Amino acid sequence: MKTFKGRPVVPGKATATALVSHGGFNTLASFQGALQFGDKQAKCGDQNNTDIYEKPMVGTALCLPQTIGSTTGGLVLYCAKVMERCPACMLFSEHIDSLAAAGAIIGSVWTDTPMPTVDCLGEEFLNTVKTGDKITVYEDGTVTIE
Amino acid sequence: MAMQLTAEQQALLNGEKGEVMAKVMKTLVMYGETFGAEKMVPVTSDKGHLVTSFGLKMMTPVFDLMDQLLNAGVVSKQKFSVDPKPFDPNVPSDFLKNFVFKKFMYSKQDSYNEQLRKMGLLNDDAYTCACYLDEVGNTPKKGDILSWAESSAVAYANSVIGARCNRNSGIIEMMGSIAGFVPYFGLLTDEGRKATWVVEVKCKKKPEAQILGSAIGMKVMEDVPYVKGMNEWLGTELNADNKAYLKDFGAACASNGAVGLFHIAGLTPEAVEMGDSIVDENAQVYVIDDAELERVKKSYPVMWKNPDATPKLCFVGCPHMTMAQLKEWTNDVYEGLKKNGLKKVSIPTVFTAPPAVCDEFKKTADYAKLQSTGVVLSYICPLMYMNNPLAKKMPVITNSNKLRTYTTSRYYTSEEILDIITKEAK
Repeated sequence: MKTFKGRPVVPGKATATALVSHGGFNTLASFQGALQFGDKQAKCGDQNNTDIYEKPMVGTALCLPQTIGSTTGGLVLYCAKVMERCPACMLFSEHIDSLAAAGAIIGSVWTDTPMPTVDCLGEEFLNTVKTGDKITVYEDGTVTIE
Repeated sequence: MAMQLTAEQQALLNGEKGEVMAKVMKTLVMYGETFGAEKMVPVTSDKGHLVTSFGLKMMTPVFDLMDQLLNAGVVSKQKFSVDPKPFDPNVPSDFLKNFVFKKFMYSKQDSYNEQLRKMGLLNDDAYTCACYLDEVGNTPKKGDILSWAESSAVAYANSVIGARCNRNSGIIEMMGSIAGFVPYFGLLTDEGRKATWVVEVKCKKKPEAQILGSAIGMKVMEDVPYVKGMNEWLGTELNADNKAYLKDFGAACASNGAVGLFHIAGLTPEAVEMGDSIVDENAQVYVIDDAELERVKKSYPVMWKNPDATPKLCFVGCPHMTMAQLKEWTNDVYEGLKKNGLKKVSIPTVFTAPPAVCDEFKKTADYAKLQSTGVVLSYICPLMYMNNPLAKKMPVITNSNKLRTYTTSRYYTSEEILDIITKEAK
């Protein structure tokens, strides 16, 4: 088991299977098909993201450097949260970007079930974690990989 | 670090203006603290700009949130423009598509338009991603603090105008306009506007704005690039042609990466003022030549089922076109058809522009010329048009790297697009 310590942007505890995007995660491109057409598994629709394209995102521990793309990103994440199509948690190796932060924070303030979000986990975290690993995230931003 | 709030801001957070306004404040405070903001600063622009224009059924959680705000009397302190409408009866469609659009996908459009009006929409024509164009009436001043979203508009306002705006998400931008202040961090600060990349352009011909922007966006992600080597083609004056070039360049930077601000040496306002001193001492370097642009272009995946299919539709104008672009494209298409012995474009083609630009353009002689070519002029958002299972299967071509990124449309340079639509279809 390996342990990493990040900063809790939205504190919370979750255990889930890792889904790893080494490149920037384009929130709109990834989620728009899933939200629009009733894909309960929320398969990633971003053709540019070869790591996770067409892989189910719902309920995963989504590991990523940052999000990129359209400024609808935050509200798309918020919709995914309310519609129960979102990951169980989001784990950022870098400092969280403004779009993902908005989505995570709006989800935290305006819903009763925040999505644990941790950032600043470091480059080594993203180099270590593999899709399929068991991840546990704790309130204080500690993340374990099994 | 906890943010230092004024007494008025603290009272809002404590619920003095009600629970809903307190949640707006809490959202802005958490957002700011995530980025180390120590204070809020007033929004100084005359108008805001929202990214969410579409009444997509999938956005129901956003509409419910809007209802919470409106029911509590919590509305924007400033009027705002908003991104383009997702459909236009003038754009080529068919019965099935119209049915899916109106009855299924955009069934909430009318009620959402009404919510926007109640929240503070500037007017019924204020639907465009290029709100900063003179004809639209939402051009901020240099140094203005904005609470905007729409990645291409934010990149343009920051870079070409010299206003100050973070890459806000939808909803956050509306909350800033409601509160009248935004957390002070990132691109609002002098430090955050320093370039952390130097891009040296060493091309032999003028780079296509959409590919250059794409290459830089993919490389620098959310950092601030300082682009050198462009004066040979762009000169040092921010004229209409350069503004249009930078609009398209910035949209590609923002959608293929996450660039919210770029500086062009000797051209954009802060680059002119500060010169090379705007570059951070630890900045990285990215050299771009013609081969690099070709490599980037070739990396774009073709998402068509049959890559050799004849295109069924062509979009030009994502982001919306300027008046100068509309005129240039009109003349290029007209002359191209004449040269090739054709009267109408061979692929159904749509030029998109802000409603106010369309109205102005229709008053010019060029409009009749455009009509004669068969090209449709529209205020639609091509991205939203493409966002459905029927359009997704269509072989659509575009010169927009943003549209390519978010849809199954296929990218060609402007020159290639012109060639395709003015020659006999294969």
